[in-house]
Amino acid sequence: MGKSIDAKELNIYYSSFLAVEGVTMKIQPKTVTALIGPSGCGKSTFLRSINRMHENIPGARVEGRLELDGQDLYGPGVDPVGVRRQIGMVFQRPNPFPTMSIYDNVIAGMRLNNRKAGKTSFDDTVERSLRGANLWEEVKDRLEKPGSGLSGGQQQRLCIARAIAVQPDVLLMDEPCSALDPISTLAIEDLINELKNEYTIVIVTHNMQQAARVSDFTGFFNIEGTGKPGKLVEMDETKTIFSQPRQKATEDYVSGRFG
Amino acid sequence: MPTGTEPDKTEDQTVTGTLARPVTAETLPKVRGSLPRWAIGAFLVGSLVLVGAALAVVGFSVGLWVVLSAILFAVVTYATSRVVEGGRKATDRLVTVVVTGAFLLAMIPLISVLFTVISQGWARFDLQFFNSSMRGVVGEGGGALHAIQGTLIITALAAVMSIPVGVLTAVYLVEYGNNSRLARAITFFVDVMTGIPSIVAGLFAYALFSLLLGPGVRLGVVGAVALTVLMIPIVVRATEEMLKIVPNELREASYALGVPKWRTILKIVVPTTAGGIATGIMLAIARVIGETAPLLVTVGTALGVNLNPFDGRMATLPVFAYYSYAVPGVPREPFIDRAWSAALVLMLIVMVLNIVARLISRVFAPKTR
Repeated sequence: MGKSIDAKELNIYYSSFLAVEGVTMKIQPKTVTALIGPSGCGKSTFLRSINRMHENIPGARVEGRLELDGQDLYGPGVDPVGVRRQIGMVFQRPNPFPTMSIYDNVIAGMRLNNRKAGKTSFDDTVERSLRGANLWEEVKDRLEKPGSGLSGGQQQRLCIARAIAVQPDVLLMDEPCSALDPISTLAIEDLINELKNEYTIVIVTHNMQQAARVSDFTGFFNIEGTGKPGKLVEMDETKTIFSQPRQKATEDYVSGRFG
Repeated sequence: MPTGTEPDKTEDQTVTGTLARPVTAETLPKVRGSLPRWAIGAFLVGSLVLVGAALAVVGFSVGLWVVLSAILFAVVTYATSRVVEGGRKATDRLVTVVVTGAFLLAMIPLISVLFTVISQGWARFDLQFFNSSMRGVVGEGGGALHAIQGTLIITALAAVMSIPVGVLTAVYLVEYGNNSRLARAITFFVDVMTGIPSIVAGLFAYALFSLLLGPGVRLGVVGAVALTVLMIPIVVRATEEMLKIVPNELREASYALGVPKWRTILKIVVPTTAGGIATGIMLAIARVIGETAPLLVTVGTALGVNLNPFDGRMATLPVFAYYSYAVPGVPREPFIDRAWSAALVLMLIVMVLNIVARLISRVFAPKTR
């Protein structure tokens, strides 16, 4: 598990509006890549194009190439639903399924995809995923309780457990800590550090300290003005981005002199 | 609400005195006096007594008494409160009086109908009413078994036809429509259908089956089709509103797990809001179960039990009540009594449906603990 992602001259459109222009980016397997940049610069749009989630918005489309371990994600005949089974996603706001118990939430991906498994196998998956998300000890005695009864931080870790239960190759995180308190944020960040042993992780964050703490590589997106497309300004090792970036814009942004 | 007693400020001042502007009583707005609790009750009783006494002189009338008392009560409350408590509180009290008054006004017809139907319908609310039909009955006795069965059969048939169509239409509009021209057209026609008079639905079904089976045909199923025409838009509307409030994040969470759209709708979206949809369906049934005009045209009525909606006329509760009242036999009283009892039974059925809807929505509601 853990595959590389390779974007080549990727343009992302909403109908005729060019939202993100010319992104070329190599994401190494089993690393954490942080995407930073001001609001509206297209980093979430880029993230959502990796697992073809943005196609759910009518009129959204992509030009250029996006490869997962060399295979074109947008090639002819590629099933977006199949892509999403390999590339999991965690969202900004924790969104456990309200009608399901903690147990059912974790195996939702398998059960909803009609994957047959014996009861013991589901039990194993639930324990493995919840342990993987550092949530097992907190919820092991109340697996049959509804997932929406957990705290925000626990819900977010439940969502991570749900995402890793289907054993994806890549995990995308769209500002996973922005709705959480500092302690829950720390828990998630520790988790990200452990998860990168198995998964390729791409995380969008507004918190530059977070990017510096958790990521190996950082990409800085910027936008020249409203109505203009967002662009990838610079991508490098996180150390380099935060200490000696090549671009002036990057330096201004990471040092807080943006705008 | 702290009133009158001066809170102890000295301690606060010693703590914060050097840090910030001292917090003294002068800098904070003070609460003005407030009316004692009993005052409002006293005003109400006073208004009633005063107006009652005044009316006793010129001639008493209940309606006038209540209305004038309410006005006097509102005026007195507002004026006293304005003097004692200030303008903001006075406005609050006035609005409270107006809102409560509007609520009570709305309750009057409801309570009146309930009371009349129960008191009048009680006379024949007996076992015989539920276990016999009107076959061979000319005067006293008899019952509405045939009408109860007819109503249940025809409504169930209408529900079976309209619930799938209605729910699926709503799913199309919310999940697949994308505000396309077709979706907007459907929304428009659903809105139009909500407003058509029920007799038009009856005439439509009657005309349709006249073309198919020859003129003058009267069957239970024709009535069910007429009710379906009335019921579909209500089901569509209720379901649509329910599906719309399912947060998009849940759909995305499901898509992100690689779940296809149709399965997301079936397993995530609809179960999340199943309680609301069930409530909407129950209310739609309650709405059409009391329809009289379309059934009068399409089903007619019958004296005996007919359990086959595809063969001959059937009796239904609303039509039974209507005929018992409109063309009673001689003597009239047994027919009128049976009409009231039929109305009572109809009301009870609707009440049971509403209770069932509440239970269903409680069972399906997403739980948090």
